[in-house]
Amino acid sequence: MKLNELTAHELLDLLKAKKTTPREIRDAVLAGIARTDGQVKAYVRLRSKASGEQEPSGDVSMPIPIGIKDNICVTGEPTTCCSRILEGFKPPYDATVIQKLKGSGAQIIGSTNMDEFAFGSSTENSCYGPTRNPWDRDRVPGGSSGGSAAAVAGHEAIWALGSDTGGSIRQPASFCGVVGLKPTYGRVSRYGLIAFASSLDQIGPITKDVEDSALLLGIIAGYDERDSTSADLPVPDYTKALVNDVKGLKIGIPGEYFVEGIDPQVREAIDVAINVLETRGATFHEISLPHTGYATATYYIVATAEASSNLARYDGVQYGLRRQPLDTRKTPLIDMYEETRDAGLGSEAKRRIMLGTYSLSSGYYDDYYLKGLKVRTLIKQDFDKAFLKLDAIVTPTAPTTAFKIGEKSDDPLSMYLSDIYTISANLSGIPAISIPCGFSRDRLPIGLQILAKPFDEAMLFRVAYAYEQSTPWHKERAPV
Amino acid sequence: MSQTLQQKYETVIGLEVHLQLSTRTKIFCGCANVFGRDPNTQTCPVCLGLPGTLPVLNKMALEYALKIAMALDCRINPVIKFDRKNYYYPDLPKGYQISQYDKPVAYDGHLWMTTADGQARKINIKRAHLEEDAGKLIHDDRSNSSLVDYNRTGTPLMEIVSEPDLRSPQEAYDYLQALKLTLEYLHVSDCDMEKGSLRCDANVSIREAGAKTFGTKTELKNMNSFKAVRAALEFEEKRQREVVSSGGRIIQETRLWSEEKWTTITMRSKEEAHDYRYFPEPDLVPFEIDEALIEEVRRSIPELPRQKFERFVGEYGLSEYDARIIVADQHIAHFFEACAKLYADTKKICNWLNGPLLQEINGRKLAPRDVKIKPEDLVAIIRKVDENVLSNLSAKEALKQVLDTGKDAAAVIRDAGLAQVSDSSALEGIVDELIREHQSVVAQIREGKPSAVGFLIGQAMRKSQGKANPRMIGEIIRRKLSNKSEA
Repeated sequence: MKLNELTAHELLDLLKAKKTTPREIRDAVLAGIARTDGQVKAYVRLRSKASGEQEPSGDVSMPIPIGIKDNICVTGEPTTCCSRILEGFKPPYDATVIQKLKGSGAQIIGSTNMDEFAFGSSTENSCYGPTRNPWDRDRVPGGSSGGSAAAVAGHEAIWALGSDTGGSIRQPASFCGVVGLKPTYGRVSRYGLIAFASSLDQIGPITKDVEDSALLLGIIAGYDERDSTSADLPVPDYTKALVNDVKGLKIGIPGEYFVEGIDPQVREAIDVAINVLETRGATFHEISLPHTGYATATYYIVATAEASSNLARYDGVQYGLRRQPLDTRKTPLIDMYEETRDAGLGSEAKRRIMLGTYSLSSGYYDDYYLKGLKVRTLIKQDFDKAFLKLDAIVTPTAPTTAFKIGEKSDDPLSMYLSDIYTISANLSGIPAISIPCGFSRDRLPIGLQILAKPFDEAMLFRVAYAYEQSTPWHKERAPV
Repeated sequence: MSQTLQQKYETVIGLEVHLQLSTRTKIFCGCANVFGRDPNTQTCPVCLGLPGTLPVLNKMALEYALKIAMALDCRINPVIKFDRKNYYYPDLPKGYQISQYDKPVAYDGHLWMTTADGQARKINIKRAHLEEDAGKLIHDDRSNSSLVDYNRTGTPLMEIVSEPDLRSPQEAYDYLQALKLTLEYLHVSDCDMEKGSLRCDANVSIREAGAKTFGTKTELKNMNSFKAVRAALEFEEKRQREVVSSGGRIIQETRLWSEEKWTTITMRSKEEAHDYRYFPEPDLVPFEIDEALIEEVRRSIPELPRQKFERFVGEYGLSEYDARIIVADQHIAHFFEACAKLYADTKKICNWLNGPLLQEINGRKLAPRDVKIKPEDLVAIIRKVDENVLSNLSAKEALKQVLDTGKDAAAVIRDAGLAQVSDSSALEGIVDELIREHQSVVAQIREGKPSAVGFLIGQAMRKSQGKANPRMIGEIIRRKLSNKSEA
C-alpha cells in the first residue's frame, strides 16, 4: 500500500518506528494529487512553499499532510471561500486551528474546493468549478466541504479540515465514504474561519477512520480567547474513548428521520448498521423529535439572515474584487458596490443574501427571524429531552447517495433537502459524526450519522469506533 | 409676531450624545485607543473587519459604561447583549456596526441640571448603550477621491439618549454642560467636541402650548460644539414655528446644520431612512453582569458634581453661586478643598479662586488641570494680605509670578520685593512729599471732604509702586493734617 493511502495513526506508527519520514509521506501525497486531482479537482490551489519554512522534522508530534477548506485563513496564502469576490485576498493571520496544526507539525498541502462561502451541498457552486466524487466522477462529492472529503477519499490528503453549518462536513463525508465530524458548537475556535452563519458554523475533521477523527479533533479543539463563543472547557484525550465497547449504551432512533424521501438502499444500510451495534450490546429505542419537520425551514431563515450580514463586508472597499463602472453616474459609491457584488458573488450567494435580508427587514423580522429563533429553541429542546434517557441517536447522514453533477443545480429546494438529516445538529449545537456504513448497488458510499449530547464527542467516537471495528467499510478505498 | 409664537408653541427637545470612552484599547480588539496618529496605523485584522476575525468585548469598556450608567442613576440590564446594525458605508469595514438594540446597558436614568435662572431640573435619560465607532472618510480634492482612515474604527462609544424633556435650546445647552461635567468627573472620556470624542444629535419638535401629544420631529446632525447645538436648535425651532403658523406641516426628516450658512438643510426624509435590520450579534455571547462587578464599579465612582455642590454649600458655607463655579471644574474643586483644609475663611478662598486665579487661568488659555500652583501658595498669599504684608495689588502680582515661574509664594514675595512698606518713617516721608505736591487736595481734606484722602492714598501707592500699606498711609495722612490744623 502506498503511504498516501494510509491513515494518520498508521503513518504515526511508521514514523515512530522510523520506517518513513515526513518528507516521504508528503511526497506520496503530492504524487497522489498529481495522479488524481486532474480528474477529481479536490484542490483549488496547492500551497506555495513559503520561503524559510522548515522541513518537517522528526521532532514534531504529527507531521501529517492535511488539506484545508478554502474558508480557513492561513497567513499569506490566498483564502477565497471559492468566491470571485475574495480574489487575491491573503489573510495576514492564521486561523486558531491553523496555529494549532502548525504547532503539531502538520504539513499544510493546499486549499480544498467548496461551494462558494459554503452555500451548497454539492461543491458545484464554486468559482473554480465542481469537484468530482472519487467513487464516481460523474457524481458530486457532496458539499460544501466536497473538496476536503474528495481529497481524503482520493488519497490526496491524509486528512482534511472542513466546516459544517448545516451538514457541510457530514454530508460530503457520507457521499465520499469517509469519516466527518461536526463538533459541538464552541468546541473548536471559529477565529479565522470565514463566517457563513456565525451561530451554526463549526470547523471539524474529515478523516479515513474514527481514530484519526479523534486524533485530529484533539489537535484543533479547545477554548480560544479570540472567540467569545468558544467553550472554556478542558479537552479530553479522545483516543481514550476508542474502547471498542458499546455494551449497555442506550441509542435512540428518531421516527421522523425515516419517512418519505429516503432512498430504500440508505434505509436498508442504516437498519443493518443498527443491527451491528445491537449485536455489540447497545440497546435501541424508538424516539420522537417532534420539531424535526421544521428544521430545514428554520435553518434557511437563521442561516441566511446571518449570512446576509456576514457577507456585507465584501464591498470592494478594502480587499478582494472591486469593480468601478466606467460610466460613473451620480452615485459612484453605490455603483461600485453594486457592480462589485454583482460580478463577485455567485447566484446561490445572491439568493441567500436576498432571503436573509428579507427575513431581517422591518415588518418581517418577527414573522421570520424571530420565529425562526423560537423554533430553533424547540428543536434544541427535543434533543435535550431525548438525551435525558439516551447516550446517542443514530440516523442516516443523508437521504440519498451522491447525486449526479448538474442533477439538482437548477432546483435549490431539492438541493436544500439533501441536508435534511444534518441540519438539526447545527441548530441545536450538538456534536454529530458521519461514518461509512456500506454501499449502494452502484457502489456509492452510504453514511451513518451518530449524534450525542453537547461536548460529548467522546460518546460519538465510542459508538463510531465500535461500529467501525465490526465492519469493513472504512477499509474500502475509492478506485483511483 | 415672534413674541406670540413664543407663547403659542412649546419646543420639545431630546438629545443623543455619543461619547468616545478613553479606554486603553479599542472595544473589540487589542489596538491602542488613541487620537491623532498617522492614518491606519492603529488597526488590526479585527477592527478592520477582515474575514474570519471575531470581536471580543473589552472589559474596561463595559466598566466605563457601567460607571456612566450609575452616575446617571440608570437601571442596569443584568445581561449585556450586542446587536448588529446593518448598513453600507466605506468607513464601516464589516458592513454592520456592533451596537445594542433592545437591551442597552442602561435605561431609565436621570441627570440633575441647573437652568439659566438657577432652578434645579431633572432630565430623564431614556437609555445608554455601548457600541463601536466607525472610521473616518477623508476627501482628497487633488485626486478627487475619498480615503478611509480606520484608526477610529472600534473606539468604544457610549450613546446617551435623553427623554424629550428639554424645552428650549438654552436648556439643551445647559443639559449638555451638566452631562459633560458629570462625565468629566468620571474620567471615562476626554469629552472634547473638537476632537470628536463627544458628539451630539438633537431631535426637536414643536407643539401648541399645553398639548399632550408630541409634534412631528426633525433630527439635527453635524453640530460640532455646544453652541452650535444651541444655534441649530434655535434655527430649527424658528423654522418649525414659521412652517406651522403659516399652515404648513413639519416633515419627519434628518437635517444637517451648516455652520457657514447658519441654517439647517434636508439630508434625508423618513422614506429614505435606513432599515438597519438589527439582529443579535452571534459572535458575542451574552455577558452576565454580576453583583461583584457592579460593586467594584460603584466603588470607583467619585463624588459627582451635584453631590459636591451640595456638600460645598453645606460643609463650607459657600454661596450657591460660588459653589457652582468651583464645582464646574473638578480640578478647581479639588484645589478649593485643599485650600479650605489650610485656611478657614472659605469665602475669601472663593473670592480668590473665582476672581484673580480664574482670570489668570483664562488669560493664559490654560485648562485648570495644567496650572502650576499649589494650594499652599494661594493660602500663603491670602495670609500675607491678612497680615498687611501684601497689598491686594501686590498679592495679585505674587499670584501671577507663582503661575509664571512655578516658584513657591514665599520665594516670589521675597525675590520680587513685593512685601508692603509698613515702615512708618519711610511712609511719613512719602506723605510729606504728597502734602507738598497736592496743596489743593490737602485743602479739600481740611474742609472735611474725606474722599480726598483716598486720592492721596492712591498717589502714595503709586509712588511706592504698590508696596505701601494703604491703611497706614491713611492713618498718617489723617494724623498729619489734623495735627496741622490744630497747630
